[in-house]
Amino acid sequence: MLRIAPGTRHRISVTVNGRPHAGFAEARTLLSDFLRHELKLFGTHVGCEHGVCGACTVNIDGRAVRSCLRFAVQVDGAEIRTVEGLAEGGALSPLQEAFRRRHALQCGFCTAGILISATQFLETSPNPTEAEVRDMLSGHICRCTGYEGMVRAILDVAGETP
Amino acid sequence: MKPAPFEYCRADTLDEALDLAAEFGADASVLAGGMSLGPMLNMRLARPAALIDINPVEALAGIRESEDALETGALCRQADALGSGLIGGFAPLLAEALPFVGHFQTRNRGTLGGSVCHADPSAEIPLALLTLGGGIVLRRKGRARTVPAEAFFEGIFATAREPEEIVTALRWPRGGARIGHAFAEIAQRHGDFAIAAVAATVALRPGGDIAALSLGLGGVEDRPRLADLSGLAGAPATPATAAEAAAFAADRADPIEDPKASAAYRRQLVRVLGARVLERAMERAAAPSC
Repeated sequence: MLRIAPGTRHRISVTVNGRPHAGFAEARTLLSDFLRHELKLFGTHVGCEHGVCGACTVNIDGRAVRSCLRFAVQVDGAEIRTVEGLAEGGALSPLQEAFRRRHALQCGFCTAGILISATQFLETSPNPTEAEVRDMLSGHICRCTGYEGMVRAILDVAGETP
Repeated sequence: MKPAPFEYCRADTLDEALDLAAEFGADASVLAGGMSLGPMLNMRLARPAALIDINPVEALAGIRESEDALETGALCRQADALGSGLIGGFAPLLAEALPFVGHFQTRNRGTLGGSVCHADPSAEIPLALLTLGGGIVLRRKGRARTVPAEAFFEGIFATAREPEEIVTALRWPRGGARIGHAFAEIAQRHGDFAIAAVAATVALRPGGDIAALSLGLGGVEDRPRLADLSGLAGAPATPATAAEAAAFAADRADPIEDPKASAAYRRQLVRVLGARVLERAMERAAAPSC
């Protein structure tokens, strides 16, 4: 059992994008805020803070989930992947490359979460139908570009899967 | 949009969780997936003194098959339920309803037990459990009980769970031959809260007439409701019977009214969607099972 009194700060150790990180969080600190304010990883965006918009989606232990609906104290010891971990050695991931090619982003606010969702989605469903892609995207809100480019980009990458 | 301060209590075993529930009673909220509790905390609609995080409790995860029912642990994630062949075979109605529960990203974390405890009147999982005649397994220190779904849901976000109790599992009764199910809902966008959701089960006699049928309504009243269609036993399994049953349910429903939809619109949805799912359930019950 672990008990953390209100107002006290608790040390959290996590692996983010393959690297160990540590910081302090109150019981009520959201993971989204912990990533940004404590670990200074600003790639994860904070939108609605009630699980609707999808901007803050990160991958925890293999699953794309809302970081605004998880407390930092819950992820002690977890493996987290954020948008900063998608490009390797300065090269965009195939999905990021497809997003650029297909004009799947404009302001970029929703993009970090969508890339994380789509990356896990393609790991679990390597050959999705367009309807399945749209269903997955229903968990994200984009207010400028629209979803057509994203659908095309994700289907491009699905088709390329070796 | 940040939660008010609370004490965080992480239970590593079921006994620890029950001890904490006994200690805090109504002052604590139980944290499962957090897909509903999280928003309520962030918006400060809920301000519990303590959170009891049950996520590490392995005894609450997983799916077990018994002679007469399938038991899904309270922490069974909606995404895992959706991918489970056991649930597909045992409770095809739940399998059909799950894609309507939130989104890919929330089903990855959201649980079956959490949705039932939260008791949103428009939620799909409580509706499926009610329509299938399932039950909720509750435990407190030294005592366990199973409450039928029909007695569990008491109103908006209100259930028969006592503050010192934790939902440990849901029981989905085993179906039989010649039983068909179907589910449908209308929401503003896919994944939104249902304006109205309907779930049907139909059991046929060997001759093809109706042995029993049930129509569950979600999002229509302050809790998921079963329409009393017992008068239709023995009727022929035809589209006319489906339409008659749905009209009967619609006439007797007492629909809520909110900014999304009027009571009259909800009643109409029960009539139209109800007939549709009953007809589909009849067809499935008549089809040879594979």
